[in-house]
Amino acid sequence: MLIINCPYCGEREQEEFSCGGEAHIERPKNPPDLNDDQWADYLFLRQNIKGLQYERWNHSFGCRQWFNVARNTATDEILAVYKMGEKPPALESNNPITPCGEPAIGSGNFSTSKK
Amino acid sequence: MIKRSKKYSVFSLVKNALSYHENWQPAWRNPEIKKEYDAIIVGGGGHGLTTAYYLAKNHGIKNIAVVEKGWIGGGNTGRNTTIIRSNYLWDQSAAIYDHALKLWEGMSQELNYNVMFSQRGVMNVAHNLHDVRELKRRWHANRLNGVDCEWLNTKEVKKFCPVINTSPNIRYPVLGATLQRRAGTARHDAVAWGYARGADAMGVDIIQNCEVTEININNGNVTGIETTRGTIKSKKIGVVCAGHSSVIAKMAGIKLPLESRPLQALVSEPVKPVIDTVVMSNTIHAYVSQSDKGELVIGAGTDGYNSYSQRGGFNIVEDTIMAIVELFPLFSRMKMLRHWGGIVDICPDASPIISKTHINGLYFNCGWGTGGFKATPGSGWVFAHTIANDQPHALNAPFSINRFSSGELVDEHGAAAVAH
Ligand SMILES: Cc1cc2nc3c(=O)[nH]c(=O)nc-3n(C[C@H](O)[C@H](O)[C@H](O)COP(=O)(O)OP(=O)(O)OC[C@H]3O[C@@H](n4cnc5c(N)ncnc54)[C@H](O)[C@@H]3O)c2cc1C
Ligand SMILES: [Zn+2]
Repeated sequence: MLIINCPYCGEREQEEFSCGGEAHIERPKNPPDLNDDQWADYLFLRQNIKGLQYERWNHSFGCRQWFNVARNTATDEILAVYKMGEKPPALESNNPITPCGEPAIGSGNFSTSKK
Repeated sequence: MIKRSKKYSVFSLVKNALSYHENWQPAWRNPEIKKEYDAIIVGGGGHGLTTAYYLAKNHGIKNIAVVEKGWIGGGNTGRNTTIIRSNYLWDQSAAIYDHALKLWEGMSQELNYNVMFSQRGVMNVAHNLHDVRELKRRWHANRLNGVDCEWLNTKEVKKFCPVINTSPNIRYPVLGATLQRRAGTARHDAVAWGYARGADAMGVDIIQNCEVTEININNGNVTGIETTRGTIKSKKIGVVCAGHSSVIAKMAGIKLPLESRPLQALVSEPVKPVIDTVVMSNTIHAYVSQSDKGELVIGAGTDGYNSYSQRGGFNIVEDTIMAIVELFPLFSRMKMLRHWGGIVDICPDASPIISKTHINGLYFNCGWGTGGFKATPGSGWVFAHTIANDQPHALNAPFSINRFSSGELVDEHGAAAVAH
């Protein structure tokens, strides 16, 4: 289980939070002008990154505030927590060596990344 | 070249017993990688292997490589709880899952490999009025689609599965269940191995420990792949990478509507036969069956965030076990022996994507999420057709990637029972 540092309440267990998915997706400014592909992109298509990902979380069983988290989805390490409206911080992260390789910590299949 | 074991039979068993089982031949080759293939399948899970098998068998394309980053079946194919059923709500889903179920029924004979397919029935249990209405609706929909399904009342549920707690005094009482008798379980590893052996016998190269790192595209046409073991050329590439689909898609500049999440399962210590069917409950999220070794096989839910770490949160396991213990109080003191996670590719409408892309020769088969094991043979069947003919089979036409633009979603979220 993740331990998440809520910017308003401090460290709490992940069970108190819900994840709101990829961060920094902006609602289109001109909805009537969008074609179907652009709507699909906004509504459904996601980066679903293996490695450093910026995502939104809500402290749903706490202060109920939204905030952003930078997390490495290959290792589950949380690298930064920052408030809504702030720009994503530039970060170094322990991304897999090959795009689909497994990191040194994480899961069982090291077949391609453990040199 | 290594000699391959030919047909398995009672005679080959006796013959090999005489030499203390030391002379069995490998079930498939460990081939040299060729420079070019007529088709490359990326991902050696069940769906990738069946795709290669049916490309060779149904479409005569035999110069194929299946490229797998780890070992075949090491992804979700070897991590799932093996529930096979076809009682989906919508016509499109019922058609493709029931096609798969029919292939399961003949699989061991066809492959000359025992996949231990056991039609022990799957019960989907209702705990409140809404469940009863939804499940009865599905029961009728299934029957209209020619998919076998029955409705059991509480007494009949108890008769069919005596160890289930049907007391009216529990928090979520059993109000009835649907039963699909043709549904059941199979041995997941054997499915991967059986199809690998079958494909290999027709000339398919199965290449393990080889990760695809780039997709080569020239003028909108796919030309091959870069791997951790060098370049391989091909004009047709089928990607069947489950949880890693978005990562591969990105190599081709494609964005998919998928989110990859951990899904966990666990097995208990082995005990004598106690439950001879599969019980699933959507509302309290529990599902359980018993393996031939005697272990209870229990599946949990997905974690609520994206991750590729192949492990999930303990709270998810705890929720599942609470539900299991309420439905089966006699399991409360059993010890759990093993526990693991797989990364499932969740699609917004809980239906798969089996589709061409805007790049010529590049095809994707993904989005099976928490429930694709049951579809393994059917998925390969229609994906092979799509790759061979450069157009979908009637059964997978509704599962095109374009449905996210057109809005023609096949929403199986509520309807797919507990979604596995
Ligand atoms: C815990 C759990 C329980 C489940 N229970 C059920 C169930 O009861 N019933 C059911 O029907 N379904 C169930 N499922 C879902 C089912 O397991 C999957 O939908 C199905 O097995 C997917 O098969 P696949 O061949 O597409 O994927 P996989 O078996 O995951 O194969 C994909 C392969 O692609 C490989 N790969 C990834 N990236 C690369 C690369 N860059 N280069 C080369 N290879 C690569 C991976 O190593 C992997 O072997 C469950 C899943 C889990 C995790
Ligand atoms: Zn808080």
